[in-house]
Parts: sequence; structure tokens; C-alpha cells
Amino acid sequence: MDDKTLRRLIGDVKDGRLSRRRFLTRMAAVGLTAPLANQLLSFGGVAMAQSTFNYAPTKAGGGGPLKLLFWQAPTLLNPHFAVGTKDQNAARIFYEPLAGWDPEGNLFPLLAAEIPSRENGGLAADGMSVVWKLKKDVMWHDGKPFTADDCVFNWEFARDPGTAATTSGSYKDVKVEKVDSHTIKVIFAKPTPFWADAFVGGRGMIIPKHLYEGFTGDKSREAPTNLKPVGTGPYKFVDFKPGDIVRGERNDKYHLPNRPFFDTVEMKGGGDAVSAARAVLQTGEFDHAWNMQVEDSVLKNLETGGKGRVVITESGNIEMILLNNTDPWTEVDGERSSIKTKHPFLTEKPVRQALALLVDKDSVEKHIYGRTGTATANFVNNPPKFRSPNTKYEFNIEKAAKLLEDAGWKKGSDGIRAKDGKRLKVVFQTSTNAPRQKTQAIVKQACQKAGIDVELKSITASVFFSSDVANPDTFTKFYTDLEMYTTTMPQPDPEVFLQQFLSWEVATKANKWQGRNISRWKNEDYDNTYKAAQNELDPIKRAALLIKCNDLVVNDQATIPVVARPSVSSTSNTIVNRLSGWDLELGYLHEWHRKA
Amino acid sequence: MADYLLRRLLIAIPSLLGISAVLYTVLALAPGDPFQELATNPNVPPEVQEALRRKFGLDDPVYVRYFRWLTAMLQGDWGYSFVSRVDVDTLILQRLPTTLIVIGSAQILALLVALPVGIYAATRPYSVFDQIANTLAFVGFSLPTFFTGLLLILVFSIWLDWLPFVYRADIAATGWQFYWEHIKQSIMPVTVLGLFQGASLVRYVRSAVLDVIRLDYVTTARSKGLEERVVILKHVVRNALIPVVTLIALQMPVVFGGAIVTEQIFRVPGIGSLLISSMLANDTPVIMAVTFVFACLVVLFNLIADILYGWLDPRISYR
Repeated sequence: MDDKTLRRLIGDVKDGRLSRRRFLTRMAAVGLTAPLANQLLSFGGVAMAQSTFNYAPTKAGGGGPLKLLFWQAPTLLNPHFAVGTKDQNAARIFYEPLAGWDPEGNLFPLLAAEIPSRENGGLAADGMSVVWKLKKDVMWHDGKPFTADDCVFNWEFARDPGTAATTSGSYKDVKVEKVDSHTIKVIFAKPTPFWADAFVGGRGMIIPKHLYEGFTGDKSREAPTNLKPVGTGPYKFVDFKPGDIVRGERNDKYHLPNRPFFDTVEMKGGGDAVSAARAVLQTGEFDHAWNMQVEDSVLKNLETGGKGRVVITESGNIEMILLNNTDPWTEVDGERSSIKTKHPFLTEKPVRQALALLVDKDSVEKHIYGRTGTATANFVNNPPKFRSPNTKYEFNIEKAAKLLEDAGWKKGSDGIRAKDGKRLKVVFQTSTNAPRQKTQAIVKQACQKAGIDVELKSITASVFFSSDVANPDTFTKFYTDLEMYTTTMPQPDPEVFLQQFLSWEVATKANKWQGRNISRWKNEDYDNTYKAAQNELDPIKRAALLIKCNDLVVNDQATIPVVARPSVSSTSNTIVNRLSGWDLELGYLHEWHRKA
Repeated sequence: MADYLLRRLLIAIPSLLGISAVLYTVLALAPGDPFQELATNPNVPPEVQEALRRKFGLDDPVYVRYFRWLTAMLQGDWGYSFVSRVDVDTLILQRLPTTLIVIGSAQILALLVALPVGIYAATRPYSVFDQIANTLAFVGFSLPTFFTGLLLILVFSIWLDWLPFVYRADIAATGWQFYWEHIKQSIMPVTVLGLFQGASLVRYVRSAVLDVIRLDYVTTARSKGLEERVVILKHVVRNALIPVVTLIALQMPVVFGGAIVTEQIFRVPGIGSLLISSMLANDTPVIMAVTFVFACLVVLFNLIADILYGWLDPRISYR
């Protein structure tokens, strides 16, 4: 799909010849997420749609307690220090961003008075800046007014290298200017089609200037407000015990009418996922539990308790198998899987294609993940309602065997194929986790039928996912032929996500295996297209280039996607809430209420 | 006596230093990284991780880190948690009350069960009561707490729906309601732990009493025509409990250390769950502080037990 087609499609949406939904579907099929597709539309002059949510309560408060169970307990409450989503969600009870992402990938305003668009003048045509108008009369929990100064301060706080903020990626390359007391301008260093990153969503929460002033940089860790948050959110801080519990009470001066519904909120942490599911679905002790990393059969069994339901929210996580493009068994300059080597057979196209044919995704979905992992052909995010019917995947042992046979890999007396003295033997590693070991077994079985010898290896998660330079078993070192893990799509713009296939991002000893390209896949065409996309001024042309990047990855089997891993939560049957895969679990906390 | 105490305390110093050095080295050698989650998140620039490592001094050699930790510890600074970004002593003090209440009550329950059962069983060896008590004791300490814990949850929370299985240290109730809720949620963890420890204690008490009850002075007491109750309580138990008291004294550090498995199952926010979550997150300062405090308590209570032993049995002298 080139930029002309894209432009035509956007024009069609503007004129009403093509529905927004259909446009998003087509974009998803070529690898663009719904939020990015919506941002393209906004450049084309089509304002974002506002999805509606039926908020029943007619007054704020009176809802009693809301009890949340996060089995990974939050450990800190400053959103700029948040390490994982557990911390971000805990901070989100008290803090808010300017805008959040709805389930369809549209922005909805929180602290912003309106979503910037071409019509309201917020969005510059050249993609070089965006102007946010802030909501007036918003108060911090301590009664001080929220103004543009707070936003500017957050930018200064997060981009200061001394602060070491985990949000710095969103702020370090932009400039934020105060236009007036309730207007700010975010200026980009280069045209930025994905303009809603700073101040938006999970990493955009805003902390108060008046309490953090004097605590930037190295002193940031001494700020007393780190442990006693004062935000603008629906609930005010009561109590926090790191690793155990966070409690809040209703903010009676909340800026949205009739909200929030609950009088208090508590987020309890600790324990394990199965018993968390049980506390919501079976005994009803808690109202909502997050991140149900539990086998679907167990969840189904618990659901028969009748107290709650499992909620599946599509997100960008994909469980995938990586093929090593370098030789993991030869050491060059003190490292294996060195970029100077070439894998003896995994770089051969027929072998890659055969392996892709040997992954029985349907069985993996049916017997292992159930609702918590749907078979997928596409590497990029692909929610089902936007899923293109044209993408297919196939499981076919005969076809795989024929591909190998034709490529000259002949079966030996032991049933293992060989060519030129090289045997088709691979070591397949992943982290220790029951569903992963079962998936490994399914792959191994099919491979052996096709004449590929597979040795399975599982490594404790804390080692596999660590960045320990001294350990040979980390996923970034990739000292085996195949490996499997879940790659997450942490933001809707694919630019960061697609880094993992760039030749200069290869994980090597020189960069302490911090490079993003783990499979060591290299493709000059891809590199050039990516560079062109980065420097492309026109957002629509850029989108076309990113689509091409995705095609290159998918067509060369740089990875074998196995299942899409949506986020899975358990919710009480009496709770009405809305979850968005593009935002935090608690991104809509102000809307949560209980059925009358 | 004073000499002995001084000598013991002086011996404790090198052993504690040794313990801390070993602990620190083992933790430094263990795989993992407190900021690994950042390393795998493409949204976080690698500089952030580097800055954090620098800030917390993780890039220095192990011995430099160890001596920095040691000097801070000697000045009463327990360190700073990488993960929660608060002082370690704050974290531990937050958890201490819950640990003391839950584990302490479990110990008391264990004693309340073990003493009468053990003594009664020993006075009537091989009777039906003794057989039953023995069998139950064996069953009790053979069943791991994660099993009995889940069993109790299944019966009392899921089938009967009487008790909650998630422990909450902050209960937003007042007055009687507050105490009632606390008791209700403590029943299962305390029972699981208390019966587990009580079961092994029953065996100790029984054999200790059995050793004493056959001695000549007991026969003498009986032949003087003393009441059986007086013989058992005043003459037998008093002597028999000397080893049991030492045993209990040595168990006291465990009360502070918490119970990792039981705390995980019931989500009790105690020191044990703090320790395990810090280990999973590679939060070295917290692991170091908890284990080191634990080591200190073990050394201290060993000393107390030794002193107690001599006080209970004057035949033992301090030299």
C-alpha cells in the first residue's frame, strides 16, 4: 500500500464513502494500530470519534468500596518512576494524563479541554507541533489550581537525565512551551505523525509542580510526595505500603460531574494469579483482578462460581518464535551468536518457511491458551474486529517436508534430514512457564515428523529475561537456534516496535546485548525503508513506509508469530467498567461503577 | 558470667561479619538485575537504566559495594530499596506489626496445643490418646503448609464461605468490627502455621517429659503421697521443659523472619513476603537487610538460649 492509496482512503473517510471502522480494519491488516490510524485520519482533517459509555450514576459517591487485586503489588507511586504497569496503574488512581486512549484507539480528554485536531487548530499541518488546551478549574487534591506550568514542569522533570525517569523516552526529544495559563505547545524536533505521546496515556500522567519543585534531578528520590501522591485524579491518597496495599478515598472536587462513584478504592497486592482469579470469580472477595496469567481451563472452571466474569482486552502482545540468523555454536571474539557469523541453515528460506509451517497455532490456541491467546499470522498487533480475513497461516507437515526435500535436505537413517554433512538439529529455548513448555512440545512433535531434530530447553524466567551480561542463558544473548517469548507493543506507534529488526540494533557483546534486534535478522531494504520513514515529513507517506517495513518482516519469516496475548482480567458481575488495550487497566477508573 | 557474656559477644562480631560477607557475595553472584524490566521495555531509553545503575552504585566492584553497605549498616543506615525507592527500615517497620501478630499468635497457638497434649501423652505412654496424638503429630509436620493452607481455603473460603482468604493489614472498620475482621482473616494463616509448628513441638515435649517421668525422684515424689497433678506439674514438667524452652528460644528469630509460604498463600504482608518479592525483583538492599537482621537475631537468641539454659539448670556453668 503506497501513500497515494492511503491518501485516497483518508479522503474517502472524510467524504463518508468509507466508514472509519473499515479504514481501521484495512490499516490493521497492514500493520498499523488503531491509534496510529486514527492519528492519520486527524491529519487528513477527520476528527476523532468519541465513543460513548453508559455512565449510570447520577451523583458522585455513595458507591461504597472498590476492591482491586493486583497480584504483582505496586511498589512506587510516582508515575515518572513506574517500572511496570503495576506501578503505573497504582499511580493512575491519583494522577491523570491530558488524554487517554479508548478501546477503539481514539483519544479522550481528561485534563485536556479538547483533543487537538486540524479543525481546532491544535495540530500543525507539518506535524511539527501540537497545542493542548487544558481544562480550567481543575484542582490538585490539596486545592491548588492545575495550570500549564505543571505540564511544563513535568517535561523538565522527566527529561532531566539526573531524574532517571522511566518516562524520559516520551519527553527527552520534545520541547514544551507555555502559551498561556491553560495552553501548552509541544514542539517536536522533526515532523512527528504520532503526536500524542507526551502527556498521554500510561506514561503521560502529570505530577504537581508546587510539590515537586526543588526535587528534580538527583534530588527527585527525596521528594516526600513520591510516597504521598497529590494528583488531580478521581481518588485522593489515604495510605500506601509498598508491595502490599494502596488506598484512596473519593475526591469530592473531581473535575468530571457525578464521578467517581466509589467512596474508597483499595489496591491489594501479592500472592499469585490463580488465587487472585479465585477471589474475584469464585468467592467475590474482590471486585477486579488484573493480569490473569492463568490457563483458560482454570479460568472457565472458576467462572462457574457465578460471581464474576473474565474480560479479554486486545493488546499488542505477541507470543513469537525467533529464528537465530547467526551461528549460536561458534564463538567469535568472545561471543556466540556473533553478527559476524551466519547460521548454517536457519538463514535458508525453505527452512524458515518449513518451520513456520510446523507451528500448529490452532492446537496451541485450542489446547493451551484458549481465550487468553488467539492464533495469529501477523506479527503486528491485530485485534479481531480489525483482523483482516486475508492473512492466513497454515499448519502442514507434508508441505514443510516437501519444501525441505526440494531444498536438498534428505532424511538420514535416523529420520533426521541432512545436507552437505549438516544435520537439521535445533535447540529451542524459552522461559520456564507451563504453557510455554506445552507449546514447545507441540512444535517439537511436528518438527520431528518432518525430520527436524529439536532439543528443548527451558530457563528460569528471572534469568532468561535478565540483562545479566555474565549469564549465557538470557534471551538477548540468544545462544540457541530458536527461542520463544512474548514481545510487547508498549505504544501504538510502531516505530519503536519495528526497531527490533534494524541491523544497527543487533544485540552484541559491544552493546552489552542491549540492542533490540534479538533475532539478528538483517535486511538492507528494511533498514533503508525504516530510515526513510524516520525522516519522512509527510505522515501519510511515513505510514506507507512503515507498512512496507512490516511486510518485509512478515514475508521473510523474521519471526514466527504464535498467538496474540490479549490482556486478561477478572471482574465482578456487579461492576461496570471499560478497559482499553491502548491504555492502562485503570485508564477509565473515573467511569467505573457498580450496577444498581 | 560477665566475662562469658563479653567473650560470646566478641565472638559474635566476626561471625556476623562473615555471614554478611557471604550473603553479599552470594547475592552479587546471583543472576538477575533490579532494572531488568526496564531493559526489556523499548520505551525506556537505555540511558535511564544506566543512570539508575550509576545512581545506586551497581556498577562498582562487589567489594566496594560491600564495604559501602557495611559502613552504612554500622551507622544504622539499612540502605535504600531499588524497587520501592524508600528506606529499607521503613519497609521493614511497616511489615513488622503484621508479622509479629500473625507469626506470634501462631507460636502461641503451637505452645497452647503442644504443651498439654505432649505432657498428657507422655504421662500415659502408648495409650489410645498417645497413639492418636502421635499419629496426628506425624501427619501435622509431614503436611507442608502450602498444602494445608490451600486445603483450608478450599473448605472454609470456597465451600463454606465463612472466612476471607486475602489478608488485609488495613481494615477500614472501627471498634469491635475492626477486631472481628482481623480475627476472622487471621484464623486460617494462624491455624496453618500454629498446627504445623505445634505438631513437631508435641513430639519434643512428649519425649522430654518421658525422659524425666521415669527418674527416681519422681517415684520418690509419688511415694511421698503427693497428688499426681502436683507431681507432674511441679516435679516433672519443670525439669522436662528445659530443652523445650531452649528450643522455643531458638525459634524466636523465626517469628521475625516471617513464614514465606504461608504469607504468600494468604497474602499476609509480613517480612516473609517482603523477602520473597525482593528476591524476585533482585532488590539487594532489602534482601541484605532482612537476612542480616535475621542472622543477628539467630546469633542473639542463641546466646539468650545458652544463658537461659544455665539459669534453668545450675549444673551448667559458664566458662
